[in-house]
Amino acid sequence: MTQSFRLESGGLINRDKKISFKFNGKNYFGYEGDTLASALIANGVHLIGRSFKYHRPRGFFGAGVDEPYAIVQLYRNGETEPNIKATEQELFEGLEAKSVNCWPSVNFDVGAINNFLKIFLPAGFYYKTFMWPKSFWYKIYEPFIRKAAGLGTASIKHDKERYEHKYEYCDLLITGSGPSGLASAYSSAKNGAKVILAEDKSRFGGTLLTSDVNIGNQSGKEWADSIISELKEMPNVTVKNRSQVFGYYDHNMLVMSERISDHLPKTKKYHPKQRLWYIRAKEVLISSGSIERPIVFGNNDTPGVMLSSAAKEYMKVYGVLVGKKPLVFTNNDSGYETAIEFKKNGVDPIILDTRKEPQSEIIEDAKNMNINIKNSYVVVAAQGYKKVKSADIAKISDDKEELGSVQNIKCDCICVSGFWTPTIHLASQSGNKTKFNEEIDAFVPGVSKQNEKTLGAANGIYTLEETLKDSFEKGNQISKEITNNDNKVSFPNVVEKKSTVHDKFWCVPLPKGKNYKRFLDFQNDVAVSDIEIALKEGYRSIEHVKRYTTLGMATDQGKTSNLNGLQLVSKIENKVVPAVGHTTFRPPYSPVSIGAIVGREVGKHSKPTRKSPMHSWHEKNNAVFVDAGVWLRPRYYKRGDENLFEASKREAKNVRTNVGVCDVTTLGKIDIKGPDAAELLNRVYTNAWLKLPVGKARYGVMLREDGIVMDDGTTTRISENHYHMTTTTAQAANVLSHLEYYLQLVWPELNVNVVSTTEQWAGAAIAGPKSREVLKKLFPNSDVTNEGLPFMGYMEADLFGVKAKIFRISFSGELAYEVNVESDYGYFMWEKIIEAGEQFGIQPYGTEALSTLRIEMGHVAGSELDGRTIPYDNSLEGLLSKKKDFIGKRSLSRKAFAAEDRQKIVGVVPLDKKTSIPEGSHLVKDSNAPLPNPKLGYISASCWSVEHDNPFSLAILKDGKNMIGEKLFVMSPLKNKVIPVEIVSSHYVDPKGERVRS
Amino acid sequence: MLHIKCPHCGIRSQNEFSYGGDATIKRPELGKEISDQDWDNFVYNRKSLRGKHWELWQHLSGCRQWIKVQRDTATHEIFKTLKANEEIS
Ligand SMILES: [Zn+2]
Repeated sequence: MTQSFRLESGGLINRDKKISFKFNGKNYFGYEGDTLASALIANGVHLIGRSFKYHRPRGFFGAGVDEPYAIVQLYRNGETEPNIKATEQELFEGLEAKSVNCWPSVNFDVGAINNFLKIFLPAGFYYKTFMWPKSFWYKIYEPFIRKAAGLGTASIKHDKERYEHKYEYCDLLITGSGPSGLASAYSSAKNGAKVILAEDKSRFGGTLLTSDVNIGNQSGKEWADSIISELKEMPNVTVKNRSQVFGYYDHNMLVMSERISDHLPKTKKYHPKQRLWYIRAKEVLISSGSIERPIVFGNNDTPGVMLSSAAKEYMKVYGVLVGKKPLVFTNNDSGYETAIEFKKNGVDPIILDTRKEPQSEIIEDAKNMNINIKNSYVVVAAQGYKKVKSADIAKISDDKEELGSVQNIKCDCICVSGFWTPTIHLASQSGNKTKFNEEIDAFVPGVSKQNEKTLGAANGIYTLEETLKDSFEKGNQISKEITNNDNKVSFPNVVEKKSTVHDKFWCVPLPKGKNYKRFLDFQNDVAVSDIEIALKEGYRSIEHVKRYTTLGMATDQGKTSNLNGLQLVSKIENKVVPAVGHTTFRPPYSPVSIGAIVGREVGKHSKPTRKSPMHSWHEKNNAVFVDAGVWLRPRYYKRGDENLFEASKREAKNVRTNVGVCDVTTLGKIDIKGPDAAELLNRVYTNAWLKLPVGKARYGVMLREDGIVMDDGTTTRISENHYHMTTTTAQAANVLSHLEYYLQLVWPELNVNVVSTTEQWAGAAIAGPKSREVLKKLFPNSDVTNEGLPFMGYMEADLFGVKAKIFRISFSGELAYEVNVESDYGYFMWEKIIEAGEQFGIQPYGTEALSTLRIEMGHVAGSELDGRTIPYDNSLEGLLSKKKDFIGKRSLSRKAFAAEDRQKIVGVVPLDKKTSIPEGSHLVKDSNAPLPNPKLGYISASCWSVEHDNPFSLAILKDGKNMIGEKLFVMSPLKNKVIPVEIVSSHYVDPKGERVRS
Repeated sequence: MLHIKCPHCGIRSQNEFSYGGDATIKRPELGKEISDQDWDNFVYNRKSLRGKHWELWQHLSGCRQWIKVQRDTATHEIFKTLKANEEIS
């Protein structure tokens, strides 16, 4: 296929490098430096999709980020991505793209029937049409809408690409590399400021690439190139293309997405696809330029109707003609520049200017080039379905109310210019109170809330000379304040053509008897008539009109539609535009991929993985791991083809009969030192701590101020003023913050220091009736007899030359010890324990057996201490001191907490002694009671009791104290189970606690 | 993301801190009689102010100190930060 719309020469593309690509299954080629849009237009393709609501044919409207139509599904290196703007996607070898919004195809579209039924799809049609009957939603409306609408399909495959996050600080962040961005970057960089210059497009220079100007005897592009190459050489400057600053957040933090690999057929090895920059800038200079706005007329969404600046950009940057019989419809001088460019390339344009007798240098030039200019003329309607074929034009009266007789002229494109709208999104996001500028008929930034300033066209300054002067100066001033340098930059001589004022004309009236659709929002298909309906129905606030009609709510955020929408509302409401006000701009300025936002924190990288020093031993011994918070812990050690149930039963049983060893390194450990350490413990724990002797451990429970149990654990008095506290794995960080809170803010008079030592110690629990035998072999020189090291005793001992701490504490309910050594000796300790325990049948046990052992003992853990229970609920009321006050005590006397029939922990056994009880199930009196069946309690933890060889669970049950012996039902609607059960004591094994003291 | 000036470490990003609630609430003294209403006010009842607000933050990933921050809840402007032992004036 030949590129019939490619100019013989010109443009910034590399004509030596052909690139082949596919669109809707058809092969085409373009050149290096093309966008998908420019390459398609070069090939004469203008039908790119269907509109969202009416499924009208869609072409190209812009040439960049403002594009409302040309959204495609992209295929790259085996992956697919929706919501890609063809005007932004750079062409690469093998690129494939497909239309969205069309079913079954772009040329024959079933949904286009909506276009002919449009009477049924006016403003608010989503609200009105699809609301009733409610039952239709899932089966009929939603599938239909999903199939017929949408902006492409998200991939359900795992994204193999890498996305990175970067944090950066700078003195000045400059957003956009047009004339204002370049000038301010240059002068501030010369003052030694740390500058980041971000350009959204691949090429630097902004409008300098397309305008006929001269700066310091260079063309605009040459000047831009020389400034950029100088900036790139400066060590204090970071220059980034393909990088869009899309969000302005609090305290001058901005977020930028850098598209590193999207323009390549394949991401290079070790490169990310995109990088998200979090930039904290001392000052922000917004140099985001302006976007041309359309003039509203009949069928103004027909493919071939586009912004005049886009038509110029396609010629000047890509060497592509958007049409060979162009009509330029303008209310200002910009349209003339486009027309002149056409003429220079041998194409004869016709200019329709809404103004009566405009005079300026540019207009004079156009006249001298013999361009056909019709003053006081408008386009009434575009004609043609899939592409503009002709235009109905007419003369318009001076008051712009009356149309003359309509005539039809042939054309293949209509290039529209309704003047320029400053891109104030970032300024508005920063909290800037924008103001309306009558002269340019648009909003510009006003009073800043954060450290930002807006330059050039984004600030409504539309002449190059003024823009450059202002930007050089602002860059110099702001950087001077930061660096104290004042290196003046000499101002270059600027040559530009002078233009005259624009005509504040934005919407062509309908000719008598015609009812053309005149679109305001091209992406969401919002027409003039929709806004009229919304206002008729009583919507007044622009925010409500926006939501009701979806004006400006599409992914383009109304870049081309907002102002015309406001003009319309203000006209109907008879208000001035500033009184109507604009809707809030929110980040992102343009869509950002989810991948970039998530960054590297996916899958296993979503949180750090912590491993104990014994991890590699567990791995070597067939441990199956489980995530316990951020830790990886052995769940069980697989032998042969055992499953979880079999293995954990074996391990637990071995603890009850012989001896087992469990890695308890993950337990939180806090070192507490200072003369007031005992006093601190006495205040934060519910029981008494002042008289704990040195060398003894004590179990303690901590409450929150609201009386809820926060954590439990043992604390050991190592020496007079030194304590070693343990916490649960999950609460370790919270407990430390809790202690710091009271020490720093509430009781600063207490002389105590706390520090986390979780990582400093490796821990092993040795549990079972034969554990003392193992200990004797490990510590032959220490007295570990029941007298020498009694229950809740502590000693320091020598483990074959390694200093060890032995705590005689038990979670399993058996005779048990916890041995701690410095982390680096953890593996050594573990191996020694296994070695010493061999003759006693020692087996390592994982978290599953650990749970079994504690559950059948009735020891509470995280599933009972879940932030909803008080000490009584867990049968911990015996630990509440009556003599002293402690954190949370006062709350326990609140009425509900002191109720007679308050919930309490109980044991639950199925009547058949066989059926396992799912955790989280409810306990009810009557399994056949009508719903909602009153819930008496819930199962907090379940296991297979190895002592009794039947299922056993713990439950938190209403009036649990008086329920022992009752028969109830466990119901799990999720698992579809109803199990008759008996309520028993929560202490299912060794209720007197004799074993731990043996 | 806020930028908070830790009085001990200097300006740091919000993600190094954790929020700790109203800084003007004083814990009732231990062991002192207190009415149900006063206790509820201490534990539960908080004003949700729009505007200037003294609040607690802990510099969790930094010096671990609890600090007092005066912030505008509507604009996020931070006016002042104090060490734990400095009184709010
Ligand atoms: Zn700090």
